[in-house]
Amino acid sequence: MSGVDGAPRGGEVIIEARRIGKDYGNVTALADVSTTVRAGEVTCVLGDNGAGKSTFIKVLSGVHRHDHGELVVDGEPVVFDGPRAALERGIATVHQDLAMVPLMPIWRNFFLGSELTRGRGPLRRLDVARMRAITRAELLRMGIDLRDVDQPVGTLSGGERQSVAIARAVHFGARVLILDEPTAALGVKQAGVVLRYIVGARERGLGVVFITHNPHHAHPVGDRFLLLNRGRSLGDFARGEVDRAELVHLMSGGAELDELAHELDRDRS
Amino acid sequence: MGTSTGAAEPLPGARRPTVPRASLRVRLLRRPEVGALAAAVAVFVFFSLVTDTFLTPQGVATWLESAALFGIMAVAVSMLMIGGEFDLSTGVMVGSTGLLTGVLATHAGVNVWVAVVVSLVAALAVGLVNGLLVVRTGLPSFIVTLGTFFVLQGLNLALTKAVTGQVAVQGMTGAAGFWDARWLFGSSMRLGPATFQVSILWWALFTAACTWVLLRTRAGNWIFAAGGEARSARHSGVPVLRTKVGLFALTAFAGWLVGMLSLFRTTTVQASTGVGVEFVYIICAVVGGCLLTGGFGSAIGGALGALIYGMTYQGIVFAGWDNNWLKAFLGVMLLAAVAVNTSVRRRAHTAGAARTARTSPHVAAAGGSPGGAALDPEGEVRR
Repeated sequence: MSGVDGAPRGGEVIIEARRIGKDYGNVTALADVSTTVRAGEVTCVLGDNGAGKSTFIKVLSGVHRHDHGELVVDGEPVVFDGPRAALERGIATVHQDLAMVPLMPIWRNFFLGSELTRGRGPLRRLDVARMRAITRAELLRMGIDLRDVDQPVGTLSGGERQSVAIARAVHFGARVLILDEPTAALGVKQAGVVLRYIVGARERGLGVVFITHNPHHAHPVGDRFLLLNRGRSLGDFARGEVDRAELVHLMSGGAELDELAHELDRDRS
Repeated sequence: MGTSTGAAEPLPGARRPTVPRASLRVRLLRRPEVGALAAAVAVFVFFSLVTDTFLTPQGVATWLESAALFGIMAVAVSMLMIGGEFDLSTGVMVGSTGLLTGVLATHAGVNVWVAVVVSLVAALAVGLVNGLLVVRTGLPSFIVTLGTFFVLQGLNLALTKAVTGQVAVQGMTGAAGFWDARWLFGSSMRLGPATFQVSILWWALFTAACTWVLLRTRAGNWIFAAGGEARSARHSGVPVLRTKVGLFALTAFAGWLVGMLSLFRTTTVQASTGVGVEFVYIICAVVGGCLLTGGFGSAIGGALGALIYGMTYQGIVFAGWDNNWLKAFLGVMLLAAVAVNTSVRRRAHTAGAARTARTSPHVAAAGGSPGGAALDPEGEVRR
C-alpha cells in the first residue's frame, strides 16, 4: 500500500479496452466501454447487478468476443477465440466457484490438473515434496501462512480459499488476474483478507481486474475505477480523480439513490 | 523424500527440506481408514479370545482367504466410490467371468489361457459400457449398473443352461492348460503348519497397486477430484469423464480377477455366483471410510473393511455360532461406520481449521515468514 494517492504506481499497459461493445442479438449488453489494466495496478470494475460487469469480463477473459471496439493486449489488437487463448497471454480468471475440491488437501488442489511428476513409464509419480513446498512458498508470497498444506481446502475460510485460487493463478503464469466478485459472499473481516491479497498481487507487479458492486471494497485498493451502468460506462477514473463518496454516489445511480432516500425519509415521518 | 528435483525452482523456500506438517494425531485422524483399523483390531482381539482356532496359523490362513476374495472387489469398489460412482454389477461379474472361462474351456475346447483372456476382454467391455452409459447419459450409476446387474444375472443363468444343460460349469480339470493357469490363480503355499492361498497375495498386490495409484499418481488426484467436485475438477482441466470410465473398467477387471481366483480354486462355478454380494463390497468400502457421496476414502480402507468381514465370517464359524449372525453384524458395522466416519471427518476438519486460526496471525505478526508476509491475514484492511 505504498502508492501515493493520485500518482500512478503501475508499470506498462497490459490490456487496453477501446470502446468495447457487445450485443446479444438485438440486445446491447455493453457499449463504448474503455479502460486500461497496467502491471502493478488494480482496475476496479464497479456496477450494480446487470450493469454489464460480467459481460465485460467475459470479453477480457476470452469467453465472449466483442462486437465493437478494440481489445489491445501488449500493444496489439486481439480477438480471443476462447478462455485458453486469454490464458496463453497471461490473463487468468478466478471465478466465484474457484475450481476447488473442498475435501482435497490444499497442495492437491493447487496443482489439480497440472500435477508435477517425476520418473517415467509406470514409475511416473507425483512429486509430492516439490508440490507441497511450492504450494507453501506461493502462499507465503501471497502473505498467507497456513503451515499445514495437507489440510482440506474445505477447512479454510472463504477469504483464504480465494487467496489459494489467486496464488494458483499467479503460479501458473498469470500477468493479469481477473477476480470475479471475490468479496461478494464474504463477511466484512473475510472481505478484508481478500483485499489484502489483492494488494499483495498488485505489489508483485500483477495487473488486477477486480469486479465488485461494493465501492467500499474497491476504493481502498483501486488505482483505476471503471463504472458501469446498464451496459454503458459512467466513467473511467484514475485514483485521485474520484473519492469514495463520489464512487458510492455514481455507483448507486446517484440521483436514483437521492430519490430513494428522500422517499424513505418521507415514509418514516 | 530427499530426492526432490526442484533444484531449478526460483521460489524462496522451495528447496527447504521440510514443509511443516500437522501433528501426528491430526494426520492420523484425517486418514479415512482410521475407524476401520480400530474396528479390525477389535474384531481380531475378540475372536482371538473367544475361539481357539482363530489365532492358529491355519485359522489365520482361512480368514485371510475369505477376506482376500472380498477384499479385491472392495478395494476396486472403494476406488469407484471415491470417484463418485456406484457399481451394482460387481458381484455378478465374478460369476460371469468364471462361467465364460469355464464354458469356453469345457464346452468349446478352447485352451484355458485363451478362455481367461477372452473373459478379461469381455469384463472390460462390460465395464466400458457401464462407464460410457453413466457419463454419456448422466443417469445415476446406481440405475445404470442395476440394469447391467440384471442383464448379466439373466445371461449367466440362461446361457449356462442353454450350453451345458446344467446351472453350473464342471470338468475344468480336464481342459487344456488348466494346471498352468491354476498355478497363477488357484495355487497355495505352505508356511509352517498352515496353507495359504495365492489369492491372499493377489489381494495384497492389488491393494498396494491401487493405493499407489490413488495417492501417488495424477490419475489418483483426478479420482478424488472427480468424486469430490466434478465441476471444479473439469474447470481445472481434469478429464473427469475419462477418469470415471476408467474406474468402471477397474471394477470390471477386479470382478474378472476374483472370478478367476474362485474358478481355479474350486474348479467349478455356479450360474448364480456373486448375486447379492455386490452390497457386501459396498459395505466393506463404507466401513473402510469411503464417503457414499464420493471424493473421500482409501483403497486400504476397503481392504480393511473386507478384512473385518473375513474375520467375522470365519470367526463365527470357528465359534460354532449360527452364521446368520453375520448379516446382522454387517448391518450394525455399516451403521457404526457411517456414524464414525462422519464424526472423525468432522473432527479432522475442525482440528485443522482451529489450528490455522490460532497460528497464522501470530506467525505473520512475528515476522517469522520467509516470504515477506507483512500482512496479517486476519486483520482489518486500511480504510
